[in-house]
Amino acid sequence: MPVKDAMLTLVPDFEQAEPFRPSRRRFVRALLGGSLVASAASFLYPVLRYVVPPPATDMGGDTVLAAKTDELKPNSAKIFKFGSKPGLLVRTAEGEYRAVSAVCTHLSCTVQYKPDVHQVWCACHNGLYGLDGRNVSGPPPRPLEAYDVHLQGDQVVVSRKREA
Amino acid sequence: MSTVARVHHWLDERLDLKDTLAPLEHKTVPMHRLSYWYFLGGITLFLFMIQVCTGILLLLYYRPSANEAYESVQYITTQVQFGWLVRSIHSWSANLMILTAFAHMFSVLFLRAYRKPRELTWVSGMALLGLALTFGFSGYLLPWNTLAFFATKVGTEVAAQVPLVGHWMLVFLRGGEDVTGATLGRFFGFHVAVLPGITTLILGIHLLLVQKFGISMPPSVERESIYRAEVSRPMKFFPNFFLRELMAWYIALAALGALAALSPWGLGLKADPFAPAPAGIKPEWYFLWMFQTLKLIPSKLAFLDGEVVGVLAFAGAGLVWMLLPFLEGRNPQTGRKLVLGLAVFAVAYMASMTVYGFVAK
Repeated sequence: MPVKDAMLTLVPDFEQAEPFRPSRRRFVRALLGGSLVASAASFLYPVLRYVVPPPATDMGGDTVLAAKTDELKPNSAKIFKFGSKPGLLVRTAEGEYRAVSAVCTHLSCTVQYKPDVHQVWCACHNGLYGLDGRNVSGPPPRPLEAYDVHLQGDQVVVSRKREA
Repeated sequence: MSTVARVHHWLDERLDLKDTLAPLEHKTVPMHRLSYWYFLGGITLFLFMIQVCTGILLLLYYRPSANEAYESVQYITTQVQFGWLVRSIHSWSANLMILTAFAHMFSVLFLRAYRKPRELTWVSGMALLGLALTFGFSGYLLPWNTLAFFATKVGTEVAAQVPLVGHWMLVFLRGGEDVTGATLGRFFGFHVAVLPGITTLILGIHLLLVQKFGISMPPSVERESIYRAEVSRPMKFFPNFFLRELMAWYIALAALGALAALSPWGLGLKADPFAPAPAGIKPEWYFLWMFQTLKLIPSKLAFLDGEVVGVLAFAGAGLVWMLLPFLEGRNPQTGRKLVLGLAVFAVAYMASMTVYGFVAK
């Protein structure tokens, strides 16, 4: 009988094992084991909750002042703070402003503008993006998030794209 | 073979478990009317392990700088889930650990377990008690509140009273002439790196010595058992005594949890180096008897400053205390009376000075 053979390999004294019978000992054991498990859980639960940090309050909002208009020459760029993460503001050779997230979609290095090829480049693993954030070559799996740029007087204001 | 048996067999083949664990198998604990005192050392060890665990948890959020320390502790107690509980357990457990360590020390003293061949166990235990007090003193500053700031100022100033090297010690402890963020950084380093390292080493030695010499039987019980063998019987350490010890830990944990939850540790006000010391300022209760003594000593004793006399007296008393087992010396009869007299005097003095310190203005 295959089932019985299997049981014999798992529990050598399967044949001698008594049929299940609730006994005082079994009850006390279950009680003791149960309370040990319960108290272990009551110690572990607060610890697990404790190690997860409370959500950080993002103080950046959806719009930031990225630069003054006289700050960037054509074909150059700067990193600005967008909330707690860096953004990249590029002034193209034609004098237009473009803004993208500066966090590489591959492994989160901070990207930079490469003026000789007019593209965004990540030094960590040689990823290249277009100025619209599109991933062009190298390991990056997704495009960089592109932001809206507005000029307000002498201020360059960057904001998150509104969901259409 | 079941999985457990297979794993055991695999380990046994490689580590020779039977021989390695043989001492544990043979170890016994004498059970008699005074055996309850044997649990105190184990409970102290358990509270120390709690300190290590909760201390590591606090390290996840604590920031050791004068600008951020208070705020980070505030963040732990108000923002982090169960942060108030973790901090409260760390503070309560620290205090209970000092309490059980003192109780353990006096039980060893009155049950006369410090005698030959256990002198070194006593000395290592005294070193551990000193380390526990240093842990308490350094950890007290870390929340960077007013009480901690002035306690540290006073405590380090006391160290400065030591002749010749006093000023050097003050600068070493404070990281400069004053209590500043530099002091906080140093105390943090002592508290989480230097002290745990040294303590682990000495604790290891202490436990090895306890293991080597076995549990001491009080001479009174030993004498009784000559005539009536039934007053003491050996109990196997593993698993019989070990399970009882676990129950003691469980009760200690329950008491700790209740204290921490029902009476959470406060944080006080952030330290301001340019604010006057608040009225009624006192050190932690375990330093209170020394604090009260220093308050009672007149400012001039003969040609010496009162503080200097007090500090030297404490240092001398600590040294005598550490060498107590050697005072029994060649003549156990008179030596025993001397040690007993000193012990009774110490308990009475510390207890009364502590009470005095609590009620005094």
